[in-house]
Amino acid sequence: MRRISKGEKIFAIFNYIILSLAALICILPMIHVLAISLSSKSAVAAGLVKLWPVEFTLMSYKYVINRPEFFRALVISLKRVSLGLLINMFLTIITAYPLSKDDRQFRHRTILVWYFVFTMLFGGGLIPWYMTIRFTGLLDTIWALVIPGALPVYHVVLLLNFFRGLPKELEEAALVDGASHWTILWKIYVPLSLPALATLTLFTAVGHWNSWFDGLILMNRPENYPLQSYLQTIVVQQTITPGSMLSTEDWRILQIVSDRTVKTAQIFLGALPILVVYPFLQKYFMKGIVLGSLKE
Amino acid sequence: MISNKFRRQLPLYLMLLPGIIVVFIYSYIPMIGIIIAFQRFIPARGLFGPQEWVGLGNFRYMLTLPDTYKILRNTIFIAGMKIISGLSVPIIIALLLNEVRREWFKRSVQTIIYLPHFLSWVIFAGILIDILSPSEGIVNKILESVGIRPIYFLGDPKWFPYTMVITDLWKNFGFSTIVYLAALTNISPTLYEAAEIDGANRWQQTWYITLPGMRPIIVLLATLSLGSILNAGFEQIFNLYSPQVYDTGDIIDTFVYRIGLIQAQYGLATAVGLFKSVVSFILISFSYYLAYRFADYRIF
Repeated sequence: MRRISKGEKIFAIFNYIILSLAALICILPMIHVLAISLSSKSAVAAGLVKLWPVEFTLMSYKYVINRPEFFRALVISLKRVSLGLLINMFLTIITAYPLSKDDRQFRHRTILVWYFVFTMLFGGGLIPWYMTIRFTGLLDTIWALVIPGALPVYHVVLLLNFFRGLPKELEEAALVDGASHWTILWKIYVPLSLPALATLTLFTAVGHWNSWFDGLILMNRPENYPLQSYLQTIVVQQTITPGSMLSTEDWRILQIVSDRTVKTAQIFLGALPILVVYPFLQKYFMKGIVLGSLKE
Repeated sequence: MISNKFRRQLPLYLMLLPGIIVVFIYSYIPMIGIIIAFQRFIPARGLFGPQEWVGLGNFRYMLTLPDTYKILRNTIFIAGMKIISGLSVPIIIALLLNEVRREWFKRSVQTIIYLPHFLSWVIFAGILIDILSPSEGIVNKILESVGIRPIYFLGDPKWFPYTMVITDLWKNFGFSTIVYLAALTNISPTLYEAAEIDGANRWQQTWYITLPGMRPIIVLLATLSLGSILNAGFEQIFNLYSPQVYDTGDIIDTFVYRIGLIQAQYGLATAVGLFKSVVSFILISFSYYLAYRFADYRIF
């Protein structure tokens, strides 16, 4: 090993400082918002809360969870994520398989790939898209959130490229034995692609969980909003307006919580599933990038 | 008689059928729906119903609106600055991370800076609205403590576009950083060993080995970003803007949303949207072509 010069040592120190700052900038705002949500109304209003809760209380969370709207939106979101996952993954897999064949095995392969890829390059725009969904009768149903985007073309492209990298010998042997394409797909391709499929599943789930704009415009009635659309109307658009339905319990809670503590509690709850799975599935989150941009 | 070859390919066609149908209905029919741009569209008459045709009327009207030029200017300005900062900052962070020898530190930083990318813009906007508030937000509290008067980052038209660029960078720089880092792992360690023997210091190694090693991926990302020059970030701006910053913050997508879905001027909104789709299509195709020619990039 070469001796480390003084200049290099100074650089290393600066380097660690800059990178720590970059990481802190990403994480501190979230901690600050979390601290606010766990503090009392008066402590927040007095500007006492920085990175640690002051006058710790869970009342803001209690208030949020007691809202029937919040709970309803959460159920719709969970339904959307599970339906969306099932449909998206199934269609992605059965679409990617034929398209991964070469022209000799599947004659119209190239033109069919272009049929799908073209939709990544050009689109009709917001209004025709909205009208199409409207005229296919999906407005105000859960299907509006899963059917129009049932086939994520970008994922199909990623998966077909992955399929193409698999060894061909197993497939050829299976074909000689008289196995059907269906069997080859589910018995050979899918088991060999589990890491890639896990990554796609994760990104699909996160995508469905995070979507809010489609819910906002495709649902006319707010009671059909998924959670992120509901949060959009609550956190971004307006202040909480305690309606006439408040119980005495609610009034008691409102002594301790404020608009701001309730909003931050909702922000945190909306991010919670991602924050919970992120550290455990980090490997797959990272792989998404390699799968996407660095294929050889 | 059906040929043997076709019979063997039939299952492949069948597997594609559901995808073909979904994409036809929800991607190709909207493309045909572009005809709305040439109509005075009334939804009650049906998507392809007997609508009144107005020729290029909506486009002519679009060109007379001063808003058109404003939103185009705002879109290109915000998107352009996002492209430049989004390409350059992650290169610097990736180079710095590459110099880190402690694996745990490197991995922790990567994990943390990549996280905001996975939060929705609703969540992120909620956080930003709280911390950037001129009266109660922590950012202005900090500025105040060093003697700077409160800045209304989201309400002042002067500040708004820059706030968008910086907060977008903040949410997404971790993503590109990791793309660059992944490219760095492909550089052979023997190159560094050889350089070390020849007496090259760390700075020279970065300049002559690391950066050239990153060049293909930098060129690729730069080329592909060309296609997003009209994408200033709808989800972000929609959640953070307000009428008082329309002058500098209104972009094509938010404008189309308002005049189309709020004011129900469907023809005009489709015409503006079509303008964006066509220009984007040309740019994206061109950028893919360049990426194919110079970086040997293929979509499939």
